[in-house]
Amino acid sequence: MAFYDKIFETFGLTAWCGKGDESPMNMAQLLAQTRGEASAEASSGIPFPSLDNLNESCAAIPRTRDMTSGLEDAFLSVKDAMKVVLDPVTQPLSWALDGALWAFLATPWWILLPALFWLTWYVSRSVAVTVFVACSFLFLGFIDHLDAAIQTLSIIFVCTGLCVLFGVPIGILMAKSNTLQRAMIPLLDLLQTLPSFVYLIPLIFLFSVTESKLYGIAIIVYAIVPVIRLTDLGIRLVDKDVIEAANAYGMNARQKLLGVEIPLALPNIMAGVNQTIMMSLAMVVIASLVSAPGLGVLVLRGIRNLELGVGLVAGLGIVLLAVVLDRTTKAALARINVAHENG
Amino acid sequence: MANRTQVSIRGLYKIFGSNPDAALPQVLAGMGKEELLQEYDHVLGLKDINVDMQAGEITVVMGLSGSGKSTLIRHVNRLIEPTAGEIDIDGNNILGLSATELLRFRQTMMSMVFQKFALFPHRTVLQNAAMALEVRGEDISKREAEAHKWLERVGLGGYQNHYPYQLSGGMQQRVGIARALTSNSDIMLMDEAFSALDPLIRTDMQNLLLELQTELHKTIIFITHDLDEALKLADHLVILKDGAVVQQGEPQDILLNPADPYIEDFVGDINRARVLRVRSIMHPGEDGDHIAGDVDQNATLESVIELSAGNTQKNYRVCADGVPVGFLDMKELVKALVPARTNASRSRAAR
Repeated sequence: MAFYDKIFETFGLTAWCGKGDESPMNMAQLLAQTRGEASAEASSGIPFPSLDNLNESCAAIPRTRDMTSGLEDAFLSVKDAMKVVLDPVTQPLSWALDGALWAFLATPWWILLPALFWLTWYVSRSVAVTVFVACSFLFLGFIDHLDAAIQTLSIIFVCTGLCVLFGVPIGILMAKSNTLQRAMIPLLDLLQTLPSFVYLIPLIFLFSVTESKLYGIAIIVYAIVPVIRLTDLGIRLVDKDVIEAANAYGMNARQKLLGVEIPLALPNIMAGVNQTIMMSLAMVVIASLVSAPGLGVLVLRGIRNLELGVGLVAGLGIVLLAVVLDRTTKAALARINVAHENG
Repeated sequence: MANRTQVSIRGLYKIFGSNPDAALPQVLAGMGKEELLQEYDHVLGLKDINVDMQAGEITVVMGLSGSGKSTLIRHVNRLIEPTAGEIDIDGNNILGLSATELLRFRQTMMSMVFQKFALFPHRTVLQNAAMALEVRGEDISKREAEAHKWLERVGLGGYQNHYPYQLSGGMQQRVGIARALTSNSDIMLMDEAFSALDPLIRTDMQNLLLELQTELHKTIIFITHDLDEALKLADHLVILKDGAVVQQGEPQDILLNPADPYIEDFVGDINRARVLRVRSIMHPGEDGDHIAGDVDQNATLESVIELSAGNTQKNYRVCADGVPVGFLDMKELVKALVPARTNASRSRAAR
């Protein structure tokens, strides 16, 4: 005898409800099962009129589990159609990731490391940062973590590059259209707050775990948000007087965008790129669950096999990589800011 | 120089709000600014503006903040679109220009100088000055040579490779003027160009502008809220109040014959001896008695008072380029120093 029986009887709905057959577990049973306990009968006063509790009185009302499995079925039914479109579109991402990984690993260390140091010097123009980066990579090499770190780095390079490639134009369009901005902001909020594991769930259904684009998409979708947001902000913050001057001298839209708006928004865009790099680094560790190579694999191994030392050292390596990337991009940002200083 | 009307504004109205066209008939029927704001939630920016601006002259539009002067100047290059009216430049109605024609028109016919300078902070002084030619698509050697020439002319030779933030306000505005001159356009719009500068620098810049103007004869439309500046620069003065023209004409004439109490209040605080010139108060034609000496027709009254050592008994012969054109009675001069009043305000003062 369930709590809400009386109500359905009062409204004469007993016939409509009918006798329920055995349906899947309800949410309470599911949770209890995942905790590994026996299902305890909750009997404290009035139960909340949830789908599960109403179902006990009236079988015609679906259970919450029916809803989640319905969602699953719906996803699976469109999956094949989505795959037809998404597979070819995203295939270049796989190639890019695999290609970058191969290229970084195939290059001998005595070419790769000087090249990285030169790149650091080129973007930061700071002796201190370059020396720090050099020491970090030499240390990682000394403790035999260089290959894993380079794998992680190559994934970040590819994903950040694509984030900028897509994020900056989207940000510019958002800055130009208030309607698009209103539509995009909730989506960006969603992408930013969705737990990073949740990105992986639909992707695992769509793509094979052995494909690199699986983690590539997860990283890009997660990390693209700051560069879009800050590009939008940067373009909108460009001094109205300067734009008016550009208009008064007859600049067309392209001249204004390339000659005035993007250069003046560059400090903000670079701040967005810095955030994007940090977020892709965070995601690349989680993406090791779906076969992303690099330091994250070692962390995962540390957790799975309870190898404390392996996990901690790899984690420290990730921190080192994060600091290296952050300092380098911050130094580049500072250099741009000096050039843009405004009186 | 033969006078030729270069910019002609006819029946210009500007109403700001969500649906200006619906509010226009009310304004045409004579509804005032406050009423329009209360009943229709629209702001009356400009009301029935008719101004002719002569080629080679400085037309100064003066008014207090909120009088619509900055709105007016932005109509001349269509940074703001009018609600009704017509703007003819060299006889062509610029409101009929297509989008690409408008860009071309702004590139070749107009240059603009801004109150807050509005230089590109990420470009050097030279690149800023060359901007107008760059937009037009001139090649780099030509535009830099031209920019170099004008920077030199405004006194900024040697600063080409500085960035704007490294310069003082006065120097930044010199870059703004060099940028406008480099574009080599006939018409120059100056929106409160000197208002953000210190008084001494401002005087320097005014002198620079007048000096350049004697040489270049541009059609300059100058916006200011400062009457001293307006009187110093103007060939033709337009006074705006609440979006409408209160009085326009030769500055000396406005000073001697203010049209209404608003203008009287405006011109009341002016040092008339320094602004009024002999030609405005002389008697043309025959010589009078007791001629004490010759004065130029463009001399200020101040200089004549100095010459006469304050003696009101004297008369002077007025000359233009050494040829006598009239005579000046010192008594007249002293009377002209007292602000003229309209009948209405005279009776108000008597009460």
